[in-house]
Amino acid sequence: MLTTQLLYALSGCVIVALGLRSALLHSSLLQRVLAINVMGSGVFMILLAVAYRGAEVAPDPVPHALVLTGIVVAVSATALALALARRLAAEQDDD
Amino acid sequence: MTDVLIILVSLPLAGALLCLLLPRAATVVALITAVITALASGSLLYAVSTQGTLLYELGGWTAGLGIALRADGLSALLLVMVALVILATSFYASAYFSKSAARAHFWPLWLLLWTALNALLLSGDLFNLYVTLELLGLSAVALASLGGKIAAVQAALRYLLVGLLGSMLFLAGVSLIYAGYGSLDLAVLSRTVEPEPIAWLALSLMTAGLLLKTALFPLHFWLPPAHASAPAPVSAALSALVVKAAFYLVLRLWMDVFADVVTPAAADLLAALGATAVLWGSWRALRAQRLKVLAAYSTVAQLGYLFLFFPLLQALPPGPALDAATGGLIMLALSHGFAKAGLFLAIGVIQQRSGNDSIAELDGTAQRLPVTTFAIALAGVALIGLPPSGAFLGKWQLIAGSFATGQWLWIVVTVIGSLLAAAYTFRILGHAFGSQLYPSRAFAVAREEWPALILTATAAVVLGLAGASVWTLLEAGA
Amino acid sequence: MNLENSLPLLVVLSSLLPGLVIFFLREGSHRLRTVLNLAGAVIKLALVVLLIWGVFHEHSYETRWTLAPGLDLVLHADTLSVLFVTLSTVLWLVTTVYAIGYLETSPHRSRFFGFFSLCVSATVGLALAGNLFTFVIFYELLTLATYPLIAHRGTPEAVRGARIYLAYTLAGGALLMVGTVWLHVIAGPTAFVEGGILNQMPIEYHPQLKAIFLLLIVGLGVKAALVPLHGWLPAAMVAPAPVSALLHAVAVVKAGAFGIVRVVYDVFGVNFVDQLGLLSLLGIAAAITIVYGSIKALSQDNLKKRLAYSTVSQVSYIALGTAILGPLGTIGGVVHLVHQGIMKITLFFTAGNYAETLGIHKVSEMNGVGRRMPGTTLAFSIAALGMIGVPPMAGFVSKWYLGLGALDAGMAWWVMPVLITSSLLNAAYFLPILHRAWFRPQGPEWPAEHIPAARFETSAALLWPPLLTAALALAAGLFAAAPYSPLEWASLIALKEYGL
Repeated sequence: MLTTQLLYALSGCVIVALGLRSALLHSSLLQRVLAINVMGSGVFMILLAVAYRGAEVAPDPVPHALVLTGIVVAVSATALALALARRLAAEQDDD
Repeated sequence: MTDVLIILVSLPLAGALLCLLLPRAATVVALITAVITALASGSLLYAVSTQGTLLYELGGWTAGLGIALRADGLSALLLVMVALVILATSFYASAYFSKSAARAHFWPLWLLLWTALNALLLSGDLFNLYVTLELLGLSAVALASLGGKIAAVQAALRYLLVGLLGSMLFLAGVSLIYAGYGSLDLAVLSRTVEPEPIAWLALSLMTAGLLLKTALFPLHFWLPPAHASAPAPVSAALSALVVKAAFYLVLRLWMDVFADVVTPAAADLLAALGATAVLWGSWRALRAQRLKVLAAYSTVAQLGYLFLFFPLLQALPPGPALDAATGGLIMLALSHGFAKAGLFLAIGVIQQRSGNDSIAELDGTAQRLPVTTFAIALAGVALIGLPPSGAFLGKWQLIAGSFATGQWLWIVVTVIGSLLAAAYTFRILGHAFGSQLYPSRAFAVAREEWPALILTATAAVVLGLAGASVWTLLEAGA
Repeated sequence: MNLENSLPLLVVLSSLLPGLVIFFLREGSHRLRTVLNLAGAVIKLALVVLLIWGVFHEHSYETRWTLAPGLDLVLHADTLSVLFVTLSTVLWLVTTVYAIGYLETSPHRSRFFGFFSLCVSATVGLALAGNLFTFVIFYELLTLATYPLIAHRGTPEAVRGARIYLAYTLAGGALLMVGTVWLHVIAGPTAFVEGGILNQMPIEYHPQLKAIFLLLIVGLGVKAALVPLHGWLPAAMVAPAPVSALLHAVAVVKAGAFGIVRVVYDVFGVNFVDQLGLLSLLGIAAAITIVYGSIKALSQDNLKKRLAYSTVSQVSYIALGTAILGPLGTIGGVVHLVHQGIMKITLFFTAGNYAETLGIHKVSEMNGVGRRMPGTTLAFSIAALGMIGVPPMAGFVSKWYLGLGALDAGMAWWVMPVLITSSLLNAAYFLPILHRAWFRPQGPEWPAEHIPAARFETSAALLWPPLLTAALALAAGLFAAAPYSPLEWASLIALKEYGL
């Protein structure tokens, strides 16, 4: 039976798979960074699905904490990746 | 006494922040922090050896909702290795970066790296491990790109993307574990995890992510460029410590938390990949034209040895044989950590004196730097696994375990790998003998040559002779 | 920490510590280096005398240090180790004097003497090893310490020769280690016990024990230069003469032969090896090596190469003695360990003298050298006659016992022909040299006269060591029946091994 929770979890898995495929196949730097971010979103979605404990009960706070932390980490990592990419582009422009 | 656990994480962090705030005094602050943290690590080791496993709960919240820091014999030993390697490399780095503008960026990142390593080794909680893995990866990437050259930036970017991919897979596994068992604490999980599909899937995802980070064949492609282009102290830390931390996680998950889930076939798969890593890495090291590339491929090979232990640990029944094999694995990891760090530092000295690290042009430089060449020789002894190094004892246990469980293939791989390591070591050392006479002074040991010598001497001699204490510590802290 | 615990360790340290200090000395600190070298050698000799006395009176000396669970580093003095330790110590002292003279003006002397001392420490540690684990450790340390000595001159040939040496010895060491680990896994820690301990093992282990024996012997056979594992030896001749002397007489080759003796007698037990059917295999390998080495020596014009192949041949007498069941064969093999050492070192010293003084490297250049360098050539002649087995030289005593042992064990039908053939071949490649040196007229001029004829034919440090060792070779033969002679000591060893 396809409950809401299962739907979200499966969608999360699909997003992860799509992100993974894109990260492995595409060689463009920006696309790879975006793909990894998409993967991250997919994992967060799975976590949100895990947090659902029913319509009446409040959701489990632990996975929510994990998602928030994960978002912060993903943002910092993306920032570093983009900074390095910009540096690389600058060096290549100089040639 | 358990406060030392939180001190070990917060002290380098505080030092990093201080270095950011006081860029002029960064070197001094960093060195002082390094010494104090190293002493704290030593006291942790002592505490674990006398009191067994130590537990510290952050904020007083118990496991389940809270985050726990846990130190047993294994983490204490690795922590001390991290501390000693970083201490020695810090002294080297203070000379390496003395004239460089990168100094202000280096020290904060360096201490952050240390914070991440300590936190990772002490974490008792899966999500905490994820966070520390990310912190470790980000600081390692930033340090690797400090070289400034285009090759370094490219390699660092590839390292970052690979690392992020690995972390995502790891996080996916963590979420599955939480979905299945409702807890993230390692001790709780080791009691509740069952051999069922969700555990298999979670372990596979986490392992895949970690294998990317520990550069096991065939996921090792990012390591040689990254380690070879980074500045020497950074390469030392990357090869000796960062990949070792990811390996520690694989070990922890497979042997501790998921011990019931792991099957002999899975362990065999890991070992088969490890065997390929040993042979492939050693072969590529033999063909390398640059010293740093040689050392990087050597790391790929040496990590392969560590994975050869998995089927043995799986198959041996609990008892003296299993303890001996486990100690052998740790001894091999420790020996490699010290030896590889010392090797990279020695290569750094050579690179700075002669401007490059090409092996073919090594003759004059190697002969003018007898102490550094001797350090390389000691590192080689530890990498090959010749006595009296700790690696000799480690490989002995590997071979003994293989005989005891009837798994002969690993013996052949170990012997061939060791002989290949001898080939590439003595390829370098052959350049130390020439017919020209260079003036030499007694005690011509420059300040930057000492760290390499001390690190490699530890791997090649101290660990071997004092080795019995490793086994005692592992048992005491069990 | 009393004398019983520390004496074996002190014997090793007496050359290790001076060696480590010597590494840091400036090239010009000639006097300090000489003092350290000789002081270490003399102290070691004094400690060894103490050891001899103690072991003779049944005292037990053992140093034990745990390296890992079940793996103890043990230095233990028994009759066999005392034999090898004494040989190493005495010959080291003589070689040090010789080396100081030989390398007078060479570069990198501190590095040389540093590794020289490490090499002797490793040899002595190997001699005193009390179990197979310790033996393996010092065996590998010996390889590491000798590599820089072979590569010392730094020429491409030297580096190449050293690399070949390493390829062989590291591979052999790996096989030795694998065999030892295997033995540990099925039989536990293997201490050296006279008469061996493995005959107690149940019969289902016998196939494994056979495989282990083969692994061990092949691993040891590389250093002991058993054919076809001997390829490194001629290539290693690029080393300076003191190194060749040490390698061939005392350290590397003897270590391999000593290891074979230990494995057969003190690990497996000679009767058990015979039971497994492997003793005759060892004997055949030894016999092939003896004959092959002598045949190859005939065709060598380079003096050191000829001596190298002679070593290949002669060291296998020790293995042959081990393969002859019975105390007499054992005595012959074990005593040849000492006799061959003294005679071969004399030959290498004299070869070094010829090269250093007159630039002679080939046999064909040796015409009439007896007139120009009578002392050196006298020493050469004594040693050569000993190699052939002419009484009353030491070599004769060894061969006598080997022959008697073969008769005793019923193996005379193939051992005697080997002994006789070998002696004839020895004569064939040594006597012509003697004839050239003494009876041919001198050539127009020597290849390169580095040291002109003064009061003595060459420098004192080069002349006296070979004369001394030649005298020892003569004495070992003449006074073989005296107490404390090598022969008496070998008989004591044989008595203990056979439990008589």
